[in-house]
Amino acid sequence: MFNRDTWQEILTTIRRHKLRTVLTALGVFWGIFMLVILLGAGRGLENGVEYEFRDEAANTVWVRRGITSLPYNGLPKGRQVKFTNEDYDLLAEQFEGIEYLTGRYFLSGNTTVTYARKNLSFTIRAVHPDCRFIERNILQNGRYLNPTDIRECRKVAVIGDIVRKDLFGEQEAVGQEIRIGNIVYQVVGTFTDTGGDNEMRVIYIPISTAQKVYTGTNEVHQLMFATYDMELDEILNLQENIRATFARRHQFDPEDRKALYIFGTAEEFLKLNSLFASIRAFVWFVGLGSILSGVIGVSNIMLIIVKDRTREIGIRKALGATPFSIVSMVLQEAILITGLAGYLGLLAGVGAIRLLESVSVEYFRNPQVGLGVGLTATLVLVLAGALAGFWPALQAARINPIEAMRGL
Amino acid sequence: MIQLRNIRKVYQTGFNRLEVLKGIDLDIQAGEFASIMGSSGSGKSTLLNIIGILDEYDKGDYHLDGTLIKELSQTAAAQYRNRFIGFVFQSFNLLPFKTALDNVALPLYYQKIERQKRQKMALEYLDMVGLADWAEHLPTQLSGGQQQRVAIARALITQPKVILADEPTGALDTKTSYEVMQLFKKVNQEGITVIIVTHEKDISDMTRRIIRLRDGMIEPESESGQIPATPSSAS
Repeated sequence: MFNRDTWQEILTTIRRHKLRTVLTALGVFWGIFMLVILLGAGRGLENGVEYEFRDEAANTVWVRRGITSLPYNGLPKGRQVKFTNEDYDLLAEQFEGIEYLTGRYFLSGNTTVTYARKNLSFTIRAVHPDCRFIERNILQNGRYLNPTDIRECRKVAVIGDIVRKDLFGEQEAVGQEIRIGNIVYQVVGTFTDTGGDNEMRVIYIPISTAQKVYTGTNEVHQLMFATYDMELDEILNLQENIRATFARRHQFDPEDRKALYIFGTAEEFLKLNSLFASIRAFVWFVGLGSILSGVIGVSNIMLIIVKDRTREIGIRKALGATPFSIVSMVLQEAILITGLAGYLGLLAGVGAIRLLESVSVEYFRNPQVGLGVGLTATLVLVLAGALAGFWPALQAARINPIEAMRGL
Repeated sequence: MIQLRNIRKVYQTGFNRLEVLKGIDLDIQAGEFASIMGSSGSGKSTLLNIIGILDEYDKGDYHLDGTLIKELSQTAAAQYRNRFIGFVFQSFNLLPFKTALDNVALPLYYQKIERQKRQKMALEYLDMVGLADWAEHLPTQLSGGQQQRVAIARALITQPKVILADEPTGALDTKTSYEVMQLFKKVNQEGITVIIVTHEKDISDMTRRIIRLRDGMIEPESESGQIPATPSSAS
């Protein structure tokens, strides 16, 4: 069936009907091309959004203090809620499901970082050791903050990679002493972070040190924790429990949303997931639409091809062509054209996706398309073309040669 | 070679029932050079289609070279056509996108003969009809007479038992018509049965036997050259 002669016959007829061939091919080409681009772009969007959120653990919860907006128990509204180490302990001891927990203390006043003759400004975060897991810091050298640092209020610092480069250049950083404001700290470790440059412009110091050195209180500005692997409703439940407990402790109305802010990434991830689902659905909807229009285009052209070749088919039949040879001739031509065009569309689509890869836009990253999907789509088009061609081809094979040749 | 017994053919279109052939009995021996004449509507095209295994008949028997041709599958019909019959048509019916040589070689393609042998044979047959020098020309680059000669070469290449020609000179001028008829004569002299459908008297006069069709029946025959008087009162 697929011998050289058959192909020669097909190639001759294709060459003979250039416009028709090109039009068919274009429909298929465009369908596949658009599908690949769409799938790739959808994937790029997904990757991009995921990338923007890659910095924090997927199940991080922030607890931020606020100002009461409702009177409660005879107390007026407008009171500042304050956290202390006791709140940290409360979270650590009384709630199930919290895997990592850290407080945060924001330094005020002079926080210029000095080493040798360099005076630079960086973000300083006073935290607990678990911060490493919540922020997903990757230790490069030395060690991270540890419980002993907290207990003994040691003046130690763990610095981000960019801080290290800016202060020390090629010099070994661990073991050096830097000044933050007027206090001298020893660098005990360096880290990198996948969250981008800003996350590597950070210096972490023990929270207890900061409390002691800068204000002399046990105040905590913010609490952050990561839960164990939990379902969303469990996390929400946990959040509500925390709210209720804090409300009792700090004397505010549990319904007062401005007294305490609890914000979890899990909700965000859920929203994102449904966003991704919609994007995917949209992409497939449009993609299948373009495939469908390709299929319809191919079917139409196949009808025209057969109609167009009635006379030729009549002649071939008079000369001894069997119905099978007529059908297979028409089908092979259709498959060759759609297959080749589909393949080219796939190549062009993948090429275009490659070009898109070099485009750097926020929320768009690494567009890619599974080769399997592209190939399947091409196969579907080829099959559709063949199926669409099959019926007219069969009709053609039944043509009465004499009538066909008398020219309709 | 060809033996038709009581062949009947009815076309049913809607509520109209048109009896085209009303019992044809005809014998054509191997090596005959015959013409079938008749006005349009006489059924000669239908008869030709049946002889050429392009159409089926409703009643009767048709033997071609001793084989009963009846209720064949499309595939079997195609194979018989390819093996037994060479067609020549009024409008030549060459494939316009193929060279003269490829047109002549086409029937051999359906006999699954390999390309080189096809081309070689096609060139021989083109040479036989005097067109070897035109082998690489497309049909549009040939005159009507030349195209018909290419078509005849194409009909001959399968070495058929019968050549069926449907108005082969209908599109040609008188001089070219006679040249084509000379070619048919030559083909016939090589032992191939030639049947020509025509409505031109001078063409049928060049054959050795004239079969006249009228209203789906064959009129009583007379020897070629002596045309029987047409009954003027026929209704």
